[in-house]
Amino acid sequence: MRTKNMETGEDDLCKNNWGSASILDYEMAREDEEEEPNLHVFKASSSCQDNNNNGGQASVDFLQGVKAQAWDPRTMLCNLSFMEHKIHELQGLVHLILGRNGQLQDEQRQLVTADLTSIIIQLISTAGSLLPSVKHHNMSTTAPGSAFHEMKNEDDAEEGENLPPGSYEIKQLEKEEILAPHTNFCTICGKGFKRDANLRMHMRGHGDEYKTPAALAKPTKETVPGSEQMLVKRYSCPFPGCKRNKDHKKFQPLKTILCVKNHYKRTHCDKSFTCSRCHTKKFSVIADLKTHEKHCGKNKWLCSCGTTFSRKDKLFGHIALFQGHTPAIPLEETKPSAAASSQRGSSGCGNNNNNAGMVSFNLGSATNANQETSQPCFMDGKISFEESFSPLSSDTCNFGGFPRSIFDDSFQMLISSACGCSPINGGDGSVSDTSV
Amino acid sequence: MKKAKQIQHMISKPFDLLSEELVFIILDLVAQNPSDLKSFSLTCKWFYQVEARHRRSLKPLRAEYLPRILTRYRNTADLDLSFCPRVTDYALSVVGCLSGPTLRSVDLSRSFSFSAAGLLRLAVKCVSLVEIDLSNATEMRDAAAAVVAEAKSLERLKLGRCKKLTDMGIGCIAVGCRKLKRVSLKWCVGVGDLGVGLLAVKCKDIRSLDLSYLPITGKCLHDVLKLQHLEELLLQGCFGVDDDSLKSLTHHCNSLKNLDASSCQNLTQRGLTSLLSGAGCLERLDLAHSSSVISLDFASSLNKVSSALQSIRLDGCAVTCDGLKAIGTLCISLREVSLSKCVTVTDEGLSCLVMKLKDLRKLDITCCRKLTGVSITQVASSCPLLVSLKMESCSLVSRDAFWLIGHKCRLLEELDFTDNEIDDEGLKSISSCRSLSSLKLGICLNITDRGLSYIGMGCSNLRELDLYRSVGITDVGISSIAQGCCHLETINISYCKDITDKSLVSLSKCSMLQTFESRGCPHITCQGLAAIAVRCKRLSKLDLKKCPFINDSGLLTLAHFSQGLKQISVSETGVTDVGLVSLANIGCLQNIAAVNTRGLSPSGVAAALVGCGGLRKVKLHASLRSLLPSSLINHMEARGCSFLWKDYNNHNNSNTLQAELDPKYWKLQLEEDIEL
Repeated sequence: MRTKNMETGEDDLCKNNWGSASILDYEMAREDEEEEPNLHVFKASSSCQDNNNNGGQASVDFLQGVKAQAWDPRTMLCNLSFMEHKIHELQGLVHLILGRNGQLQDEQRQLVTADLTSIIIQLISTAGSLLPSVKHHNMSTTAPGSAFHEMKNEDDAEEGENLPPGSYEIKQLEKEEILAPHTNFCTICGKGFKRDANLRMHMRGHGDEYKTPAALAKPTKETVPGSEQMLVKRYSCPFPGCKRNKDHKKFQPLKTILCVKNHYKRTHCDKSFTCSRCHTKKFSVIADLKTHEKHCGKNKWLCSCGTTFSRKDKLFGHIALFQGHTPAIPLEETKPSAAASSQRGSSGCGNNNNNAGMVSFNLGSATNANQETSQPCFMDGKISFEESFSPLSSDTCNFGGFPRSIFDDSFQMLISSACGCSPINGGDGSVSDTSV
Repeated sequence: MKKAKQIQHMISKPFDLLSEELVFIILDLVAQNPSDLKSFSLTCKWFYQVEARHRRSLKPLRAEYLPRILTRYRNTADLDLSFCPRVTDYALSVVGCLSGPTLRSVDLSRSFSFSAAGLLRLAVKCVSLVEIDLSNATEMRDAAAAVVAEAKSLERLKLGRCKKLTDMGIGCIAVGCRKLKRVSLKWCVGVGDLGVGLLAVKCKDIRSLDLSYLPITGKCLHDVLKLQHLEELLLQGCFGVDDDSLKSLTHHCNSLKNLDASSCQNLTQRGLTSLLSGAGCLERLDLAHSSSVISLDFASSLNKVSSALQSIRLDGCAVTCDGLKAIGTLCISLREVSLSKCVTVTDEGLSCLVMKLKDLRKLDITCCRKLTGVSITQVASSCPLLVSLKMESCSLVSRDAFWLIGHKCRLLEELDFTDNEIDDEGLKSISSCRSLSSLKLGICLNITDRGLSYIGMGCSNLRELDLYRSVGITDVGISSIAQGCCHLETINISYCKDITDKSLVSLSKCSMLQTFESRGCPHITCQGLAAIAVRCKRLSKLDLKKCPFINDSGLLTLAHFSQGLKQISVSETGVTDVGLVSLANIGCLQNIAAVNTRGLSPSGVAAALVGCGGLRKVKLHASLRSLLPSSLINHMEARGCSFLWKDYNNHNNSNTLQAELDPKYWKLQLEEDIEL
């Protein structure tokens, strides 16, 4: 085992070498599922060993003339020490296998394979996290100082937290890793865990050595001795062209791994979870689904523009703010006419559907008006009045024109059923016959 | 030959010489009396057409005739449908089609059975609709309100008692009708802060806002008081408006002239101070039935508004002497003060209040029972411009004080001396008030015919006279009134037991008579009634309850002559089915009370009910409820008629009438009841 001090020097280089190499490999290997990363890791580690004689110099020409700079040695060191630790774990596992005289049964083989896989995945993740920093260097100019300035200009538009570029370290996880259900794996049995704390709890079952306070302590706090302040970690989304991708012009880093996961799932994945209540809303993050289901159906305050609110005062604040927006009457009492009016109220924001509905409605009433006013003698006109009145009801029943974006199918169904248009006063219908 | 023919033609159609403008002027003069207008339009075809063209306002009796009426009157601008209980969507559609462009105001406050569809028709067709009254549409929901919002030019909107409306509906109206100037939301108990707030944000032109009995807090008042043109704000019975919600209120609503904060139980001096802080030009303030004591401290909250304040109402408040004194010195421009039912008002308080109020025009001290002649003397001497004085049940006031009132306040127009000690000398002094138009002398047991004859001689402008239970009055007094007061419109001679037909015959000279109440006058017969029916063409309200000699022949004359009758009570009279059914001849009859009328049979009542098309309220004995077919009752209710079933324990009718007629006995009974 090397000493910590020795590592510092090496790791700078290792990181650079390996990092720049991995970029290229990664670009090619992105499509490959299982095997490629495996190879690539070993390649990286080998290149690391190759260059371990060089000093702490930053500008070393490596692959294809790309100049890499060691502008962030401490973080690199930390990452590499973590990787080294992992490799040692792998070694331990192989020793274990050797101790069994290579007589592996199928079950054991499977176990070992699982162990290996887990370690490999860990390695990939670490390697992936090294990528952004390296890539950044490649993008920036040769001189370390000027790089700093350019970065600043680039990130001017960054909103939220205003970390000066370079004051944080950028990691980029890969798609597979982001989507993996577990991030922490037991080195002994290979069981996966979402949280490392859970893994540590699990590890206690594997022997007394895992029960020491040191083993149970939170590992993230282990920093390189001598480095007082760690650089803040920020994450990049692996999706090219995404604003959260470090190559984006107005790159906005993500704060935590969890942010990366949620962001990636929300923006770049299929929304596979459907709300069991409304059967309309879809989510890619299960937590989002649960949050929605908690409030689904409670968003009963509608605006004519289609926005829904869970609170009435929010709706009224919205309406007070925008010209032409009207409260949309809740569906349980929506009568056709009201719906028509609210539909018309939403002139500013109607889609095609909406406008069509509007036009037909207007035409209907306008033509009626012409008919009626052009007929001078209307004395005998009970029938003609009925005629003139009936288009209204047919008009108002025509609710295909309701903006689909606002009101989903169930709502439309309700409207069409409400088009029966019950009179205001309950007892009328029965009475109309008897009235003289 | 040709010339002769022309002349012949001219003679045969003499009105052709009249210009249309002249006829319009004549029509304006005739329009005072509907029956005159009717006979005018029946003169000739041309007059008929001109009258139809000239008429702007309509008040139809039946919604069924709307198509014909509106075809005839094409220029209708104001349509009052308050006589039509049942206005269907079809009727509204007719209105929209026939007088859509000209219609400016519609009153649907007493109608029902229309829905959102009909309103939509109205709102879309009547492009220049400025005013709509939808009060009492208790079944109206937000959907209908959203339809009202289609009437973009609406300026005046009344939605009183639309209990099912919510903030959403009001929100639609606020967004749709941006020109609203006067809005009444009284009793819209579903509307809260949000709806009112949005109304204030969206409709900047609002002048008058009635928020009485709404479950609002002070929150929306922040927005409301930002309205630039707000002149009138009514917050009667808004229990949610409290001091805390008004704490942060700062406003400069200098346009506010009228503020009604009566019955706001949770509003005390602190909240009122912030409410009044920016209303420097307030003229009328109503604080009736407020929970706080009108003390010196309270009066100090009026500091900001004292300069312009002209009218203050403190009805039913706990008023202290100091408080009244402070108001009197602070608000010297007061013209109207109402202290009705302030039982704590003392002579000293009232005297201090009116001392400096030289401009006082109206004073209401009804039921301030502690007051005596001292303060009334002070009122009379310091307020020479007094126009209205209401002092019902101030029974400690001495007779001399009334003499002084008549002597000092010559401009009096309205006097309420009900249940007072006024005597003939007082009346003699009051008769010098030439412009007196309303005089209430109910339960004034000291007045006689002599006093009334002074009034008859002096007050030729008298319109309203109340002699309820003033038992000293006989035919002589009434005839002197009828002689001198030819403009009399309302008279109440209930329980004046000595009144006979002679009084009625003399009263029939008052051709303007509209309301005649002769309840419990045992000597009145059908002959007297006939005289009134024949000569008082404008008769609209008639109370004949407990007049045992009134029978069918009286009602038959009424049915023939009093076509304007709207309300009649024939309870405990000799009326039978024949009389009641004959009432169906009166088209605009709305209210009938016929309780304990022995000659009535269920079938007769049923026939009368079906016959009277415009009935709104019928008061019948509870026993008839089971005897009338339920389908008939349902039918009547659907036509907009409501029933009141009265169940008096009818023990020994004649004796109770005798007892009621004895004023001493009646008063004793009343006081016992009050004490209970």
